[in-house]
Amino acid sequence: MPEEGKPKPGGETTRREAFVKLGVGAACAACAGAAVFGFEFLSPNVLYEPSAVANAGKPDRYPVGSVTQDLKAGIYVIHGPEGFYSLSAVCTHLGCLTVWNADLGIVACPCHGSKFNEHGEKIDGPAPRGLPWLRVWLSDEGDLLVDRSTTVPAKQYLRT
Amino acid sequence: MAKTLEGYISELQGTRVWRSVFRGGAGANNLRRSLAVQQNVFLHLASVKISRRSLSFRATWFLGTLSLGTFLILAITGILLMLYYHPSVPQAYADMKDLQFVVSAGVFLRNLHRWSAHAMVFLVFAHMFKVFYRGAYRSPREFNWVIGVVLLILTLLLSYTGYLLPWDQLAFWAITVGANLMSSVPVLGQKFRFLMLGGNTVNANALLRFYVLHCVILPLTAAVFLAIHFWRIRKDGGLYTGQGDSK
Repeated sequence: MPEEGKPKPGGETTRREAFVKLGVGAACAACAGAAVFGFEFLSPNVLYEPSAVANAGKPDRYPVGSVTQDLKAGIYVIHGPEGFYSLSAVCTHLGCLTVWNADLGIVACPCHGSKFNEHGEKIDGPAPRGLPWLRVWLSDEGDLLVDRSTTVPAKQYLRT
Repeated sequence: MAKTLEGYISELQGTRVWRSVFRGGAGANNLRRSLAVQQNVFLHLASVKISRRSLSFRATWFLGTLSLGTFLILAITGILLMLYYHPSVPQAYADMKDLQFVVSAGVFLRNLHRWSAHAMVFLVFAHMFKVFYRGAYRSPREFNWVIGVVLLILTLLLSYTGYLLPWDQLAFWAITVGANLMSSVPVLGQKFRFLMLGGNTVNANALLRFYVLHCVILPLTAAVFLAIHFWRIRKDGGLYTGQGDSK
């Protein structure tokens, strides 16, 4: 009689080996399941974050040639000679909130010194890209709406 | 006949209650002394016998012990601070201000926690430099060096997660920048950032996650690795003294 636990001659697996394989397999399946459940649990399904669409009010609030910062929404609403457009005020480097410096006519980031012009183009600093242009449209009530989650190519102006 | 203090102590050590708690207890011979260490849950990680040289200042500059000291100060002051701190927006900032201006001894505990945190990062680095330049990381202590690197990472993560908790401008933007650094990890970066913050921006979820990491997960993990770290000192032949060490 072959000893319990030792492989039988001829490559057959013993009951113990089969049981160990079953146990290891079950443990691996349980780990994979726990990883999937853990990942799902840690990803929130509902976020109580502000809407991506910000209401910037009536267009006549903004005189031609003005750059207005909405600190809460993190955007600039700009009324250029060609029309309205909106830039994200979030620096493309590491996400700090930039600020419009009216005296120098530039957008500057306080964290690492990136600078942009009023069209969002990078002038200086570590930012990899210019500030993105955001989708702007007029609501049925005549308010300017800015979608912070949708970027549009530069030089797309909204004429009112 | 009046008994001496030592007489009272030895009588106390002979009682049944004392013996049930401390078993053999300390004694005059080497067996009793080793048992006193081996049978104590806190001491048994350490060796029964060490060289006099490893206790000298020049061997270690006590940097490891001082790092442990700051860790213990941080655990105690941290638990006390938790009693007045709600990890919610915007209450967290108000609680931090209350600790500074309203709670008795609050400003002392908060500053002690903050300065000890700075000291711990400094001491852990100093400890690692000392170990590195003395060559104490070499065989047979390579694995304990690896555990030490894990402890360094845990120290830095504790520092980072604690930084958000005051919920002031400095905290908010530091964590924003740190989370955006995280998102530059190839492929999984954005997902990591989302899981770490529990959302797309540094907000209530991020504060709560950082609080749980800072107060529960990271300190417990650090405690486990600290235990392994100290136990390995004994297993690897005691502290490195540069003398009588094979290779």
